[in-house]
Amino acid sequence: MMETKKKRGVPEGLWLRCPSCQSTLFRKAVDRLMGVCPECSHHFNVSAKERIRQVLDEGTFEEWDANVMPTDPLGFADKKSYAERLVAEQQRTGLSDAAITGCGMIRARRVAFGVTDSAFIMGSMGSVVGERLTRLVERATQQQLPLIIVSGSGGGARMHEGILSLMQMAKVSAALARYDRAGGLFISVLTNPTMGGVAASFAALGDLVFAEPRALIGFAGPRTIKATIRIELPEGFQTSEFLLEHGYVDRIVPRDKLKSEIARAIDYCGK
Amino acid sequence: MDSPTPALSFEQPIHDLEVRLQKLVRETDRRPETEQEIRRLRRELAEETKQIYDHLDPWQTVQVARHKDRPYTADYLSLVFDEFVELHGDRHFGDDRALLAGFAKLDRFKVLVIGHQKGRTYKERAACFFGCAHPEGYRKAMAKMRMAAKYRLPVIAFIDTPGAYPGVGAEERGQAWVIAENMYEMSRLPTPIICVVIGEGGSGGALGIGVGDRIAMLQHAYYSVISPEGCAGILWKGHEHAEKAAHALRFTAKDLLGFGIVDNVIPEPLGGAHRDHHQMASRMKIFLLKTLRELIDVPTDRLLSKRYEKFRRMGVFLEEPAAAGAAENCPNSGEFGYDSARP
Repeated sequence: MMETKKKRGVPEGLWLRCPSCQSTLFRKAVDRLMGVCPECSHHFNVSAKERIRQVLDEGTFEEWDANVMPTDPLGFADKKSYAERLVAEQQRTGLSDAAITGCGMIRARRVAFGVTDSAFIMGSMGSVVGERLTRLVERATQQQLPLIIVSGSGGGARMHEGILSLMQMAKVSAALARYDRAGGLFISVLTNPTMGGVAASFAALGDLVFAEPRALIGFAGPRTIKATIRIELPEGFQTSEFLLEHGYVDRIVPRDKLKSEIARAIDYCGK
Repeated sequence: MDSPTPALSFEQPIHDLEVRLQKLVRETDRRPETEQEIRRLRRELAEETKQIYDHLDPWQTVQVARHKDRPYTADYLSLVFDEFVELHGDRHFGDDRALLAGFAKLDRFKVLVIGHQKGRTYKERAACFFGCAHPEGYRKAMAKMRMAAKYRLPVIAFIDTPGAYPGVGAEERGQAWVIAENMYEMSRLPTPIICVVIGEGGSGGALGIGVGDRIAMLQHAYYSVISPEGCAGILWKGHEHAEKAAHALRFTAKDLLGFGIVDNVIPEPLGGAHRDHHQMASRMKIFLLKTLRELIDVPTDRLLSKRYEKFRRMGVFLEEPAAAGAAENCPNSGEFGYDSARP
């Protein structure tokens, strides 16, 4: 339910500018580092598909529930109708909605894997994201798989589906409570940005919570807070480092270490 | 004129009739014609009120839900229950005045009540941040619910908040985490939970005490993913478009009943709950007693599986038949043996 001004993803073109250190970077150099600035380690946002390539063993990902598709239950329209917005976002991103779920291997450990893409309507959670994630959690429970969800959502619960979006928070959380009871290991990975109803549901419920460096993570958007309390926000407010300091994040994990850190955690919690 | 101007602009016709009626009623030496006029005005007032309140639009509903005279959690605590024993503090940080908790008696039932409190005077309102709870409020509610479940006291949750508090301290103390944990724990809390949206159901702040076996709403309450002002600010780029957002968001009790989100809509007295606290309280009591009788003897396993199913069904999406069974392609790796698939 808030917006970020930061550039999403690695911009197209041969050269690009790092929004953090302002260096001009050779695109291929950034790509080689999984979308991380070689000068200052700024983590550019990466797409859901790119994240799958980075975290899962090559060719092991099998998508689940791709046939669950969004619709417009409210007949919602702001300046543009939600139905039109969905089509436009689908064409622009090549995704059917903001989450991809399925199973795959991480260094030969089989896992249930979900990822949200902050490019699709701010990575917000509507009925499809909620349903795909809930089914993911339920199958992880049935098949007794470790569960990894990588969150990236500036939008939280998707306004365009009204109360139905809000209730997805409860739905996924309830599924995670059952998974927990069954003894499953859930690793939640927070990336820039993870806000609102996504932060306040599945993203916060990991047995382990990892965060990428310098990600924006929180409940209320910084602009909302600023407008409410009318004071300058502290330096580094709502970053991964801020949350680690306040006790909400287990580890800050740079992108190139994410796969091995997940594999190691699975080994600790398995046999 | 000692009758104040109405708080809500669309109530002007009701207000005008009330003023005329009051003037006549105050006449000491009433003639038969006056008596007749009084009776006529009373009928007209009732009809006008019904006419207006039967056709509230979503934006008007928001204004009624936020009415300063609307009964709050504390009002229900004194009017509905025989006793309320407040329990303070979250044992971690403090005692949030925006979320009340305590034992209460309702006829033969002993229950735990939790609820947002907005406060009526300015001082009260400032103390509880206008009903916006901090993490310590949600932690307090959860701690008391866990305790109640141990003795199988049913939980009654009154929801009435513009939203969870957006502030530096709230973020430092894990606002996102406490809301998530409350939903997670409430979804499996082994005792009946009845949630009633009595005024504003503001987003995550409402849902943080909103998972239960029955979700009810007062007729003129609203329950939304975001405030109309917040939605307008983002999608229409200005808070002045809140009325448009209110129409688009479909958050009235009638809408939510249609979407299968709420189970019951509790009718309000003529002209809204703010006109008659006692009648509203009596309707609340009838609803709570009936629902408690339905839930109290349900075995816990069944209660929890039905609660899970209730939320499991929520959401609207399309599902094409293709690719069904794809999930079965992923072989079972056996008991949570994380190494078993390794070469």
